[in-house]
Amino acid sequence: MVTRPPVRSVSIVLTGSGGAGVMTAGEILLEAATSCGLYGLMTRSSGPQIRGGEAAAMLRLSTAQVENADDRFDVLICLDFDNVQRFAAEIPLDGESLIVGDPAAGPLPAEIAAKGARFVEVPMARITKGIAGGRISMVALGVLARLIGLPESSIVTAVAESIGRRKPEALVANEQAVKAGAAAAADLPAVPRLALPATVPTGRWSITGNEAAGLGAIKGGVRFVAGYPITPATEILEWMAPALQQCGGVLIQAEDELASINMIIGASHGGVPSLTATAGPGLSLMIESLGLAVASETPVVVVDVMRTGPSTGIATKSEQTDLNIAVYGLHGDAPHVVVAPLGITDALATTQWAVHLAEALQTVTIVLSDQSIGQSRAVVDRPKDVAWKAERLIAAEVGPAYRRYETTPSGISPQAIPGLAGGQYTADGLEHNTRGTPSSQARDHMAQLDKRERKIAAFDYGDTWAEIEGEGDLAIVTWGSSTQPVREAIARAAEEGVSVRLVALRLISPAQPEKFAAALAGVRKVLVIEQSHTGQLWRHLRAHYDFTATVVPIHRPGPLPIRPGEVLADILKEVRR
Amino acid sequence: MNVSPTPEVAFKPADYKSDIKPVWCPGCGDHSVLLSFQRAMAELALPPEKVAVVSGIGCSSRIPAYTNTYGFHGVHGRSLALATGLKAARPDLTVLVASGDGDGFSIGGNHFLHACRRNVDVTYVVMDNRIYGMTKGQPSPTTEPDWDTAIAPGGTGLSPFHPLVIALASGANFIARGFSGDIGGTARLIVDAVRTPGFSFVQILSPCVTFRPDQQKGWKDLVRTAQVPETDDPGRAARRLMTDDGFNIGVLYRGKRPPYQPRPLADLPVAALEQEFAV
Repeated sequence: MVTRPPVRSVSIVLTGSGGAGVMTAGEILLEAATSCGLYGLMTRSSGPQIRGGEAAAMLRLSTAQVENADDRFDVLICLDFDNVQRFAAEIPLDGESLIVGDPAAGPLPAEIAAKGARFVEVPMARITKGIAGGRISMVALGVLARLIGLPESSIVTAVAESIGRRKPEALVANEQAVKAGAAAAADLPAVPRLALPATVPTGRWSITGNEAAGLGAIKGGVRFVAGYPITPATEILEWMAPALQQCGGVLIQAEDELASINMIIGASHGGVPSLTATAGPGLSLMIESLGLAVASETPVVVVDVMRTGPSTGIATKSEQTDLNIAVYGLHGDAPHVVVAPLGITDALATTQWAVHLAEALQTVTIVLSDQSIGQSRAVVDRPKDVAWKAERLIAAEVGPAYRRYETTPSGISPQAIPGLAGGQYTADGLEHNTRGTPSSQARDHMAQLDKRERKIAAFDYGDTWAEIEGEGDLAIVTWGSSTQPVREAIARAAEEGVSVRLVALRLISPAQPEKFAAALAGVRKVLVIEQSHTGQLWRHLRAHYDFTATVVPIHRPGPLPIRPGEVLADILKEVRR
Repeated sequence: MNVSPTPEVAFKPADYKSDIKPVWCPGCGDHSVLLSFQRAMAELALPPEKVAVVSGIGCSSRIPAYTNTYGFHGVHGRSLALATGLKAARPDLTVLVASGDGDGFSIGGNHFLHACRRNVDVTYVVMDNRIYGMTKGQPSPTTEPDWDTAIAPGGTGLSPFHPLVIALASGANFIARGFSGDIGGTARLIVDAVRTPGFSFVQILSPCVTFRPDQQKGWKDLVRTAQVPETDDPGRAARRLMTDDGFNIGVLYRGKRPPYQPRPLADLPVAALEQEFAV
């Protein structure tokens, strides 16, 4: 039995049918907690319905920055019980958890009751009826504030910030509702409470992974975006559309993903750093043209916010299963770069790095984010600035001997940007010679393949390729969003006296065998942890790295998140074997 | 206007010719269209470095490499999307797109609709020979229903696609038809298309000597200068295009829709964007 560390975070989930306002209430709770100096994470879960389906706002409030869900929830508050059983697997509860329901909602569904949590009823609907213009979600926020020890005033202020601007007339009713909810919760059983900090930290941000990716792109120099709506990537496009226009750029909504990838290839050919954002189905449609970008050496960045596949899969839920298509999906020998952010905050720096890599290497860089990163909001310390910029090797002037695809030692050759007199060339998906003239000659094919491979392989990716933390002869290799729960598990293991090394890969391709070997020097056993059914990362590592240590692949598919407790159990199983 | 003229410099058609020898069959109509391209650019006095010719895949799509301008020979069917991105990002460039009936109307059909609708200021030249030439003779969307091929013995039995009507219905701002055999006339149509703001669509009947030898003689006899002057009335244009036999040459419709050109609103430092995240 693992003893739990002292309370450093409280996890709360609000559920209700669509329109009950649970997502707004979750955001208000996060904002109120933030104003009290806490950090937090909010993830959204909903059914496929546009309106009227079931919805859950899952929060983890903490005294320190946190970007992953905990093992369990302390509080489940149900505004109603409509379809709440569909979330049963996503809402781990135990005997210490508290479920708050409404007597008007009927009996607690069996799937939820089976979890053995304490159950209390608060007549939230009746209280709401007694307040003209009151909303049940506001009553629930009052209940939660009292339960977890947030001042009601912080909720009232956050409500005013969120709703007051749109509906000032509702402010009085909302305040009444919050207070009535708090009063009704006075005698409820205790749940863990966080110690609120004496001073509120300054300089923090509230940001989603999709916003962070968009910001990183613009900071890197992206000024043209084309995209087609797709869950869970659309918010990148929606955030970037107005933001780009303020910073000298533009965004076009394309007719499909085939168009969006070709639009950004065209814009990039014109010298403007360009990006698109999509999810697995869209990436699949773009693959042929990604080969064109590789062959024509046109820099483009594709952010793939991964979701459960194949095909439409579970469009609203996360999985780390586009590694194969991102690395291996292109036909022909098509070297390019694949990177992955290690969490919500890291989506900023990693996307910014991706812009730098694409432009520096004049190739495709795919950023593998995922739904759990993209659509989750975290309150974090302001991310550190990174210096990555778009720095393409551009021909300043050219003579008659200019060759666009010169086989330089680095493999990178100066690009003449349209407008430069004398630099005219045709970028081509046909194999070509150094001038860009189509060629079916074996020697030209070999020379250009070598050039395109050389520039990717010879580039110095520095320390950014991975985060390497901790010591020990047991290591975990992971990537992307799995990094966050793994990191928490390693911290918990340290409290158990077990030290584990972490190698979290930010650069998925090209492989870095020497750095990888150095990172795992002295390691006896390696756990490879990822969220996929077939172990895509594990297979990728086996293809590119020689392990001297014993490798234990640990992988399972989405949509349920990898939780730190699971990883801790995996660690302890290996240690105590 | 889709041009950046420099009237003080005189250009010759040869200034737009690259030193790469075309792969086209002797007698292919596309040789003539290439000459029309070069004449048109000289007439427009476009500095070669300010022009981009974009294409997809097929015989017609080989044109960029034969042209001494910037160019992009992309994947099959996506030339209009690539050109849209280039023009949106670089409105200072004159962008021409070269395509064929397979590339443009079959695999690229969706982009054709949306390029017309979007009305980006590019000129779209489709060399229509009613056959897939590069893959050796399969029916295209404009092939006659009874044209016998190996993949569709006895013919497809399908009604041909009517690209000009579709262009009009989708919002193209300039619609014209040319014949490759009339090099000067086609050059004039391209000049007019480039000078007309917005999305300009020029269908050029360009015979395939190898897989459609019937076209070589037949089209020369069938084409005629359109007897009805151009119109800016979409209703009149629709009736005219629906009843047209496909051999009237000239400008058939010229609308007045403003081109689509997305533009930034400001050029603020990126730090300004970060404020919304501060708590």
